[in-house]
Amino acid sequence: MAFTNDEVLAGLAELITDETGISADEVALEKSFTDDLDIDSISMMTIVVNAEEKFGVTIPDDEVKNLKTVGDAVGYITSHQA
Amino acid sequence: MSTPRIVVTGIGASSPLGGTAPDSWSALLSGASGARTLEHDWVEQYQLPVTFAAEALVRPDTVLERPVAKRLDPASQFALVAAMEAWADAGSPDVEPERLGVDFATGIGGVWTLLDAWDALREKGPRRVMPMTVPMLMPNAAAGNLSLHFGARAFARTVASACASSTESIVNAMEHLQDGLADVVIAGGTESAIHPITVAAFASMQALSRRNDDPAHASRPASVDRDGFVMGEGAAALILETEEHAKARGAKIYAVVAAGGVTADSYHITANDPEGHGAARAVRMALAAADASPDDITHINAHATSTPVGDPNEYQALKQVFGARVDEIPVSATKASTGHLLGGTGALEAVFTIQAIGARTAPPTINITTQDPEVPFRISGSPMPLGDGPQLALSNSFGFGGHNAVVAFASP
Repeated sequence: MAFTNDEVLAGLAELITDETGISADEVALEKSFTDDLDIDSISMMTIVVNAEEKFGVTIPDDEVKNLKTVGDAVGYITSHQA
Repeated sequence: MSTPRIVVTGIGASSPLGGTAPDSWSALLSGASGARTLEHDWVEQYQLPVTFAAEALVRPDTVLERPVAKRLDPASQFALVAAMEAWADAGSPDVEPERLGVDFATGIGGVWTLLDAWDALREKGPRRVMPMTVPMLMPNAAAGNLSLHFGARAFARTVASACASSTESIVNAMEHLQDGLADVVIAGGTESAIHPITVAAFASMQALSRRNDDPAHASRPASVDRDGFVMGEGAAALILETEEHAKARGAKIYAVVAAGGVTADSYHITANDPEGHGAARAVRMALAAADASPDDITHINAHATSTPVGDPNEYQALKQVFGARVDEIPVSATKASTGHLLGGTGALEAVFTIQAIGARTAPPTINITTQDPEVPFRISGSPMPLGDGPQLALSNSFGFGGHNAVVAFASP
């Protein structure tokens, strides 16, 4: 079953809140992981690994650096679902 | 320049008896036991020969915010909870970051994190080994995280000497303050190692009590029918500072850290030296450094883990130093109530020793059925008064590896 954009955003927001305590309301498509959400590289990798499991996708390490915003991650996940 | 006096201005604990130092002390005085049957699937799953332990009464991840707790092994969570309490108790000292240090110990470190990662690797592959694994499992994680939390930049050091670890940490903190390396130090120790592997391992070496049907009465130091120690967990923290610094800020002073003694047995990796030479030397070293005679000691919190050989060895060691007077000094073996917190035990017992000085009361040692004639300490199931005079109390800790550590606290 494929996840919709909204479902991926909501699921990602849950993972971000769990990892960092940032309110899910703060997590929006245009937000930068580093500049807006202040997520460090270790937290980012933790979120990525948890997102892989949650959404059944693989996000190669080389791709992670291209995921600048929440929207980038949502786009990557929705377009790479099995 | 004379050596500065070092004082204790804050205490904190998260123990099998309570989530704070005062709660732990109250439960200790009431004769409570922290040992309970373990309610985990893994006890049955692995058919563990020992099915109980003294788990901490309050889980630290229910006290800390989730994003904080999530990045810490339980051992570091306990450390942070205890240190936050001690820091607040000390009145949150206003100190330059470069003059604030951390000496915080563990015996084993982040064993839960390491073994959870091993499970994740085997079950789900390397991708599921989380990036925080190493910074969570490393033994200096508690010290590093306390440095981060409290802004301590003088130093953040970790000593690991098994069950002597946190007494050694307190002695180190005292020395670091005496040497002028800091004005305030957060000292103590932590352990969270009640894991099926450690339970199996300690059971395998015949170190644990097998009283599975009666956990609350299993830890019975100095009792003739003792059959091993009871695993405990938790942390305790002390805020140490120079007397000058404490007085300048008008801090309340619980006790003076009068002296410490640290020695090594070089006898056997796990067994105590049966003649107790190393332990006795550590006590003598502390007495000499405190400029005290054996007659000045008013109370001892013994290491007394409830193992058949350890308790009489400690008695013999103390007899070498105190002679016949060893039978007159009020002794408490608080592991009867708390179980053995391994790397956290010395700090918890230091906190109890300080509370004993303050209350002029030696806490009870529960579970003595018949006192072993080989361990004839003056020990009681009820609290014992320590008298109105000046107090000088010892807290002893001995660890695998042949480590002996003794710290002496005096009434202020």
